[in-house]
Amino acid sequence: MHQFLQQIFSGLAAGAVYASLALALVMIYRATDLVNFAQGEMAMFSTYIAWTLVNAGLPFWAAFVITLAASFVGGMLIERIVIRPVENAPILTAVVVTIGLLLIFNATAGWIYSYTLQEFPSPFPDRTLFGALMTTRDVGVIAVTLVMLVALFCFFRFTATGLAMRAAAQNPDSARLCGVRVGRMLALGWGFAAAIGAVAGIMVAPILFLDPNMMGGVLLYAFTGALLGGITSPVGAVIGGLIVGVTENLVGTYLIASQLKLTVALLLIIIVLVFRPNGLFGTAVVRRV
Amino acid sequence: MAETFPVDGSRAKLALERHSGAGIAVWRWAGTAALIAVAVVLPFTLSNYHVFQLTQVMIYAIAVLGLNILTGYNGQISLGHGGFFAAGAYTAAILMHRYGVPYWATLLPAALVCFALGVLFGLPALRFEGPYLALVTLAMAFAMPQLLKYFDNWTGGKQGLVLTKPMPPPGLGIDRDRWLYLFVLVVLLVAIRVAANLLNGRTGRAFVAIRDHPIAAAAMGINTARYKTLAFGTSTLFTGVAGALAAIVIGFVAPESFTLFLSLSFLIGSAVGGIATIGGAIVGGFFIEFVPNFANDISDAAPWAIYGLTMLLFMYVMPRGVVGTLGPWLGHAIPSLDRRAAPPNDTNVKGGL
Amino acid sequence: MRAKQTIVAGLCMACLMLAGNAVYAAGQYGPGVTDTEIKIGNTNPYSGPASAYGINGKVHAAYFAMINEKGGINGRKIKYITRDDSYSPPKTVELVRQMVEQDQVFLIFASLGTPSNMAIHGYMNENKVPQLFIATGADQWNDPKHFPWTMMWLPSYGIESHIYANYVLKNLPNAKIAVLYQNDDYGKDYLNGLRAGLGDKAAKMIVATQSYETTDPTVDQQVVALEGSGADVLLTAATPKFAAQTVRKVYDIGWKPTHFLNSVGNSVGTVMKPAGLEKGIGTISATSIMDPTDPQWQGTPGYKEWLAFMNSHGLSGSITDVQAAIGYSYAQTMAEVLKMCGDNLTRENVMKQAASLHNLQLPLMLPGITLNTSANDFDPIKQMQLQKFDGTTWQLFGDVMSGSGT
Repeated sequence: MHQFLQQIFSGLAAGAVYASLALALVMIYRATDLVNFAQGEMAMFSTYIAWTLVNAGLPFWAAFVITLAASFVGGMLIERIVIRPVENAPILTAVVVTIGLLLIFNATAGWIYSYTLQEFPSPFPDRTLFGALMTTRDVGVIAVTLVMLVALFCFFRFTATGLAMRAAAQNPDSARLCGVRVGRMLALGWGFAAAIGAVAGIMVAPILFLDPNMMGGVLLYAFTGALLGGITSPVGAVIGGLIVGVTENLVGTYLIASQLKLTVALLLIIIVLVFRPNGLFGTAVVRRV
Repeated sequence: MAETFPVDGSRAKLALERHSGAGIAVWRWAGTAALIAVAVVLPFTLSNYHVFQLTQVMIYAIAVLGLNILTGYNGQISLGHGGFFAAGAYTAAILMHRYGVPYWATLLPAALVCFALGVLFGLPALRFEGPYLALVTLAMAFAMPQLLKYFDNWTGGKQGLVLTKPMPPPGLGIDRDRWLYLFVLVVLLVAIRVAANLLNGRTGRAFVAIRDHPIAAAAMGINTARYKTLAFGTSTLFTGVAGALAAIVIGFVAPESFTLFLSLSFLIGSAVGGIATIGGAIVGGFFIEFVPNFANDISDAAPWAIYGLTMLLFMYVMPRGVVGTLGPWLGHAIPSLDRRAAPPNDTNVKGGL
Repeated sequence: MRAKQTIVAGLCMACLMLAGNAVYAAGQYGPGVTDTEIKIGNTNPYSGPASAYGINGKVHAAYFAMINEKGGINGRKIKYITRDDSYSPPKTVELVRQMVEQDQVFLIFASLGTPSNMAIHGYMNENKVPQLFIATGADQWNDPKHFPWTMMWLPSYGIESHIYANYVLKNLPNAKIAVLYQNDDYGKDYLNGLRAGLGDKAAKMIVATQSYETTDPTVDQQVVALEGSGADVLLTAATPKFAAQTVRKVYDIGWKPTHFLNSVGNSVGTVMKPAGLEKGIGTISATSIMDPTDPQWQGTPGYKEWLAFMNSHGLSGSITDVQAAIGYSYAQTMAEVLKMCGDNLTRENVMKQAASLHNLQLPLMLPGITLNTSANDFDPIKQMQLQKFDGTTWQLFGDVMSGSGT
């Protein structure tokens, strides 16, 4: 029983890591109708920026805020410079461009910072809670992810900019006719997503340790979680991420040898998707023919 | 959002009308024959190493051709073709290693196994579109190395399987590298021929119709489920054969040879060459094989950054890929390989992807 | 013009290949060697999943540059060509062929990775090109009878796990052992070595095994599952990132097994410190090389020389990485063998000299550990010493041991 609880809590902790990156993926998808494969690497790169600032002597929260701002601006610039030229190209072209970004960020981080493992400071103390079921850092990740979720939800539902962003993504031409600056919305979307990614990276680095390949595996799970929850739903992304984390742990412990853990976990998730092809909380898109 | 392009290829048609029908046919045959002649003679003018590299190019071209069939002509994205490549490679490797099957006889079983796998995959894939389909195929790319490592008494596990490289038939007087080059060249030409016939015929038109207007296609009586599954199976058949060839030519298979990056490379090669073209597969093969080396020469500090930048450059300058962008423009002067294939509408790959 | 050159070059290469192997008639020089230069080739994963090992290649390059600054070896400078294979065997094959056939290197040195080396060793032995001091510890490489051109350097992983097995059999005969291993050749070799070392007790003593992929973000699930098996001994065969996570998680869940940590994952700076120094107290490991972050070695002349070398060659970002110390020692061994060849720089002679190492001492190896090879033994380092972590440093204990890897 204790083992079972341990695995569940461990799974929730890992799931929160996936959920935080999944939020960034959902943000970009809602804003620009595109899956950004470079999200993980952008988050990793932001984390290195924070690491450089902290190493240079800045206090943690100062580095945090500066990194967030830099990532926001960076995200917007990437949208303007890198993604904008292929906006009207076939969608696959844009996907390939994000894959190119993934390679560029990864290689550049490796070149500048080398591949040696680095430590990253955490704002949370290193203690265990609930009788060793979880650490304060894990709880920190969950808390921060939930805060971002609420912020994102409110943004899309209750603010004018959020509404404009949704309109720009769904029907850019009509949105333009309504006075929405579509280009600006797209750039904003990328900026927010990059900032969310930066937060995810900074929260996660103390747990996973910082190296250029830190986010590689996380991206796959985040992607899975986002789709399981529904790629258009922030709530779905978080719940999806948590489910992926817990499922993976339980599968690896009780169902099959850990050598096939990933395979079986993905299989189970795909089976769920077969019954709900738009994810648990996603909405089916109905197109007029 | 995306630019439209006349589905009936009217622009190319107008260009063609300037020439007589017989004139076109002669040019096409002469051009193709010349290309094949060059390809046959080429290995005898180059060093063994370059011959080996060109053989790799052709293998990747066959694999990318498979992906083009599925993603370009039928609109179903796949991020998992590396997994099918591995399936073909290991089928050939196990047959050669365990059962002593001669190398040339492994191609057919590899093709059949991968076709079956593709159909099995294609059936549940019918439910998914866009990013969801990407995830399902991605799962294949990740699951394959795990399964290969798990069933290690068949696959040699993490150690891999070392295969004896085939010797050329005696009396021909050429060495092993050149023999393998010619062998792969023959398979490539057959693959192109088969693909062209398939894609220019009823099946190809059904694929394209399903890609561009699935509801209209169904309304016209096309069995979308059957054709989509067929597209999957055919696509994986091609990629699986490429995998078998790779096992034969490299002489070694291991799970590490078939990572996610391989699947992404196929996608990149496909996009750079031209997703809904046949000739683009060859361009893609060249890209996958040579650009990493070229990137390494430019910068050995961050070669993959250069690779990424090169990709971006290609995508900006030629968003439909090399053959996709240049093909229609050259169509009136030099008949391109995919002249008769339907030009992509807006390469309608669904949803967010 | 270019085509003509290519044809001529192609014909020359063809003649050479058809001749079987490129042994020049000059007698004293093999390919890639002149009066002033020796060309050696290397493949390394500078990108991809194993990119943490890329530092090896960088250190080699810097070391040979340093040797060249001092005048080279017997008056010849070393031209070190290293290429990135991203840990992908087909790429390794291509790059090695390029280096042997196009760049005409003298030998291939310290290629990294078991699958990478497996992919090329048929080619190397067929073409009689030395595949020297390969950077992998898998057990099967010590086979001079079948593969006379392939030589190891690291103690095989099997030797290391034998040493742990012997320790357990002697000191913890009723132990229940759990094993966490990376799901590839490297991790599995440890598991198999442990099984072989425990002999017929293996089935009873090993109660649980869990593996992880390098794409797994954490190994928490595996550690928790192993704790649930009730084991009181844990063997971790993991690379630094996962080793650090394991040490930390074991402590955090309150599990106190006798924890054996493999040598690849025991660096103080890159593993024990990120995990939390107090969390690793009592961990046992084995090593043959000095850990540069371990305070007890930082006064030795060997360390100081290495540190000066790292800082003066642009590698100060990696002075906490034990891989850098390993790479340095590899390069020193290569330089030594080349020196032993004198002016007789043929491929055959290089292999002969490499197979004649006798009590060779290197400054960063632990005192008492030397390199030895013979015509029947192509594994230069077979000794390791056990060490226990005390919160600051690894305290060596016991004697220098030789394992008998399979």
